[in-house]
Amino acid sequence: MSMRPPALDLPIMFIDVRIMAGAVTILDGVTLTISPGMPTVLIGPNGAGKTTLLRAAMGLVPPSSGLITWGGREASDPKHRAIMFQRPAMLRRSAAGNVRYALAAAGVPRGKRHERAAALLAEVGLAGLERRPARRLSGGEQQRLALARALARDPGILFLDEPTASLDPAATKAIEDIVRVVSARGVKVVMCTHDLGQAKRLAGNVVLLHRGRLIENTPATQFFATPRTEEARKFVAGELLV
Amino acid sequence: MTGGESALQLVLSGDPGLFAIVRLSLLVSLSAVLLAALIGVPAGALLALTRFRGREAVVVILNALMGLPPVVVGLAVFLLLSRSGPLGEWGLLFTPQAMVIAQTVLVAPIIAALTRQTIEDLWVEYQAELTAMNVGPLRRVCTLIWDARFSLVTALLAGFGRAAAEVGAIIIVGGNIDGFTRTMTTAIALETSKGDLPLAVGLGIILIVIVIIINALAWAIRRTGERYAG
Repeated sequence: MSMRPPALDLPIMFIDVRIMAGAVTILDGVTLTISPGMPTVLIGPNGAGKTTLLRAAMGLVPPSSGLITWGGREASDPKHRAIMFQRPAMLRRSAAGNVRYALAAAGVPRGKRHERAAALLAEVGLAGLERRPARRLSGGEQQRLALARALARDPGILFLDEPTASLDPAATKAIEDIVRVVSARGVKVVMCTHDLGQAKRLAGNVVLLHRGRLIENTPATQFFATPRTEEARKFVAGELLV
Repeated sequence: MTGGESALQLVLSGDPGLFAIVRLSLLVSLSAVLLAALIGVPAGALLALTRFRGREAVVVILNALMGLPPVVVGLAVFLLLSRSGPLGEWGLLFTPQAMVIAQTVLVAPIIAALTRQTIEDLWVEYQAELTAMNVGPLRRVCTLIWDARFSLVTALLAGFGRAAAEVGAIIIVGGNIDGFTRTMTTAIALETSKGDLPLAVGLGIILIVIVIIINALAWAIRRTGERYAG
């Protein structure tokens, strides 16, 4: 397996970023650097701002104040980034049709799409389901198809928003295995999860958010062994963070 | 003789006059639906995806236009196409083409309004994905129309239902000329006014059967499409 060079869009830097939705503060003065390497996992309770941070890092949500830079640039073509949403919308076409659509959107020539779509579906374990309507796949299969669609962009950075929420252990393992393979290939994975076990299994470093504020950003081993803040200690201990 | 027996006798007799009426009715209504779809689907999609000052008013007006009175449309098209009207030199008044124009005016708002609603709902579902894939505006419109194609069949059916059942507009601009612009609905109106009720009922039954067959075909297409495309 060949390692790709670090993505041009890295590091992603958040500098005192505030994001508002009307009068509600979603992210509050977040300063964060997302660097190449092992997956960065965002954790925190519901409403902590994980999804908003992920979407802002993808470039889908502009900051109300503060600055976000990708590889030192304020504006960046998102063609090297891809995102998989928590509840991905399945286009009304076959599994292969969904991937071919993403390939077309990424500018892959028509002649190469068929073969590439088959390879991507095989990579996520959906070989044999190419012609199945995407909306008739199971929840786990739809998540894997969404992952294949994201990978169709050949991203240097892959954002995953709760990729295994409501999946059973087998489907969760399938997704985590793909994440490991993709990460080992040199793709920077940034994901959010509620699942502490998943964070332990996958994270290179952990970012804890609470009520829109960044509480802790530390290597995963350190986060789980010696959390620095009271909120992190409670979260790791499984206590309710309200 | 009952209406049903009259209808059966008409069909079985292979009366060329009757089949000419049925053929013209279908030709006019289907042509109008096709033209209205070419106008209404892109217009509805565009309205669904754009935001501008006064958009809500446009949506309300478009929805209101679904209930356009056919006789008013017939009168407006008549004035446009009459010899002294702005399009009088085209010489289309009292021709099937004039009937197609009138029905297109009636049907286009129905297709546009239903398309707008369908595409807007699908856009809510697709917006995040297509934005994340960096899909441009033109490709978005094409994607949404393509993916909504089976739902849009319902919009086309509603348009066809309106066109096939309509009599007020086409009788004004077509003139109900025997063998030239006489359709099933105008023939029914004429036969009723002449007191030939069995014939009118027979034609009515034929019209209803045709509408049911076309709806059944469209339903089958939609079901088959959904089975294969999801």
